[in-house]
Amino acid sequence: MGGLTLNYIIRRVLIFLLTVWVSITIIFMVARLAPGDPISAMVAQASASMGVVENQDAIIEGWKEYFGLNDPIPIQYVKFLGNLLTFDFGPSLIAFPARVSDLIARALPWSIGLGLVTLPLIFFIGNLFGALLAWRRTPGPLKAFIPMTMIFTSLPSVLAGLVFIFVFAFRMKLFPISGPFGRGMQPSFTIEFISSLIHHGILPVASLVIVSFGFWTLGMRGMMVTTEGEDYMTLADAKGLPPFYVLYRYQVRNAILPQVTALAIALRTLVAGQILVEAIFSYRGIGTLIYTSIRNQDYNTIQGTSFVVILFTAVSVLIIDLIYPLIDPRISLEGN
Amino acid sequence: MGAATGQTASLTAPRKMGRLNRFDNPWLNIKLVVGVIMVGSILLMGVIGPMLVDVDLAYVGRSPLNLPPVGFENMRGEGGDPTHPLGTDNSGRDMLSLIIIGAPNSLLVGFVAAGFGMLGGIILGFSSGFLGGMADDIIRLSADITITIPSLLVLIVIQSLIPVQSLLVMAVLLSLFAWPQPTRLIRAQVMSMRESGYVKMAQLSGVPTSSIMFREMMPNLLPYLAASFIGNTTGSILAAVGLEILGLGPQRLPTLGRTIQNAIDNSGILRDMWWWWGLPTVILIVIFIGLLLINLGLDEVANPRLRKATRQ
Repeated sequence: MGGLTLNYIIRRVLIFLLTVWVSITIIFMVARLAPGDPISAMVAQASASMGVVENQDAIIEGWKEYFGLNDPIPIQYVKFLGNLLTFDFGPSLIAFPARVSDLIARALPWSIGLGLVTLPLIFFIGNLFGALLAWRRTPGPLKAFIPMTMIFTSLPSVLAGLVFIFVFAFRMKLFPISGPFGRGMQPSFTIEFISSLIHHGILPVASLVIVSFGFWTLGMRGMMVTTEGEDYMTLADAKGLPPFYVLYRYQVRNAILPQVTALAIALRTLVAGQILVEAIFSYRGIGTLIYTSIRNQDYNTIQGTSFVVILFTAVSVLIIDLIYPLIDPRISLEGN
Repeated sequence: MGAATGQTASLTAPRKMGRLNRFDNPWLNIKLVVGVIMVGSILLMGVIGPMLVDVDLAYVGRSPLNLPPVGFENMRGEGGDPTHPLGTDNSGRDMLSLIIIGAPNSLLVGFVAAGFGMLGGIILGFSSGFLGGMADDIIRLSADITITIPSLLVLIVIQSLIPVQSLLVMAVLLSLFAWPQPTRLIRAQVMSMRESGYVKMAQLSGVPTSSIMFREMMPNLLPYLAASFIGNTTGSILAAVGLEILGLGPQRLPTLGRTIQNAIDNSGILRDMWWWWGLPTVILIVIFIGLLLINLGLDEVANPRLRKATRQ
C-alpha cells in the first residue's frame, strides 16, 4: 500500500525536531566552551573599534544580566532554547543597536530569491541533460557534448564564481563584479531596476547552476536507463506512439520522481554553496551577512544566522520528505 | 568449472581473448586510472617538490612582492623572475612553494576527515546491522539527524568561537559530519548479507562474529566503502576550502583555501593578479575532478550494470 503512513510522518517530524534541538544544543555548548566568556570578548571587540569604553565593568555586568549569564547553566540553557526558538538573537555587535533578527530579516529575502531562481534551473537543466543522455534518439553531437559539461560537477561553486568574476566581470566587463543591483539604486518595480537586478544576478546564479546540475544529470540518466527496459515502454513503442510523446509521458515522468528525494540530499550542499557564492559576490543575502560577521567577530549574528539557515534547511527537508510519498505512491515507506 | 571455462574459450575468438581479459578486471577502468593519476600526482608533488624547491619561501616576507609568473607582466609592468617561476603574492609568499605545501595539506585534510568518518561508519554500521533493536534505532536516528544539519553552518559556529590552529583538529571537526554515509551503507549491506548463504554457512561452522564481519563481509563491501570514502573526501575538502574562504581554520598554515582567501581579501582579482587565486583554484579543480573520476570508476566496480551501459 505505501503512501503517507502515520508512522512515517511521526518519524520525519521527530527527525526534524531533534535536528533543531541538536543544533541549538551544539551552538549553546560551543558558546560556553569557548575560551573566555563571549561578553568580555564583545566588549574587548567594541573597545578595539571605538577606542576606550567607559564603565567597562558595568557594561559587562549589564550584558551578563541581559543574557542571564549569572544564572546556573541549566537555566541559561532553557533561556537560550527559548530565545532561539522565538528568533531573539540579541543585538548585533557591528551594527549595534540593530537586532540580529532584523539583519536576518533584511538579508533572507535576497537569499531566498537567489535560491528560488537557482534551484528550478538546476533541476530543469540537470534532468533535461540526463534524459537526453539516456534517450536513444538524441542526436550524436548532443550526446557527446553533455558529458563534457559534466566536468564542472562536484567543483565548489565558489571557485566557479571566482573564475566567472575574473573572466566575465573583470576582464570582459560583461557583468558587474559584485552587489545585488546597481550602486545608488533604490529597490523599486521599474524596468531599470529589474534589469539591473537580473544583470547582477546572472553570474552568481550561473556559478551555482554549473557545478550542481551534473548531480541530477547522473541520477536522471540512471533512472532513464532503468525505465527503458520496462514493458510499458515496449508497448508504447509497439503502439507506434510518437517518440517525443513516449519520452515525455512514459519515460521521463516515471524517471523524474525519485529525483525529488535527491533534492533533500542535495539541499545541504546547495545551501553551503550559496552562502559562499553570496559572500564572494557581496550579494545582499545571508552569505554576505555571515561573511561580514565572521570578519568582525560578531558572535551574536553568526549564531543567529547559522541557526536560521539550519532551521530553514531542516524545514525544507521535512517538506520534501512529506510531499514525496504523496506524489509517488509506488514507494512503500515501511522499510525505510 | 573446467567445462565452463572451456565453453567460453571456444565461443570467443582466440585473438580477442587478451583484450577482453584486460578489461575484465573492473579495477582497471579508465576513469579510475585517470582519477588516481590526477590525485596521485598532487600527492607526489608534495613528496618530490620540497626536494627541488625551497619551501620556506611559502611564508610571509621571504620573496619580492606581487611578481607575476615567468613570461607575464603584472599591472606595474614588472616581468617574472626565474627564481619565482609561478610568481609571488602581495606579502612575499612564493606561489610555487605555496602550492607544493598547500595542495597536499588540503588533500590530506580531506583524506584524514574521510578516514575518521569511515572508521566511525565501520564501527556504527556493523553494530547497527548486527545488534539491531535499540542500538540500531539510535544509530539510524543519529545518522538521519546528522545528514539533515548543514555541516558548514555548524562548523562556522564552532570555529568562529574556538579558533582552530591545526589541520588535524580541522580534519576531526570535519569528520563529525562524514560518518553517516558509510554507516548507512554498511548497515544496509550487512542486513542483506546476513541472510545470504555464505554468511549462514560461516555461522553454522562456528566462525566467530568478528571474522564473519571482517573476513567474510568486508571484502564484498570494499568497492562501496571506497566510493563512500572518496565521496567524503570530496565533501570534507569542499567544507575546508569553504571555511578557509570565509576566513576560518588555521591561519598560518599554507593551504589552497587559505591562499584563495588571502587573494580575495587583498583584491587579487581587481589587481589582475590571476596567478594568486587562479593557480590554487586550478590545483583544486584537478583534485576535485580526479576524485570525481575515482568515484565514477569505483561505481563501475561496485555496480556491474553501469559497466555495460557505458560500453554500449
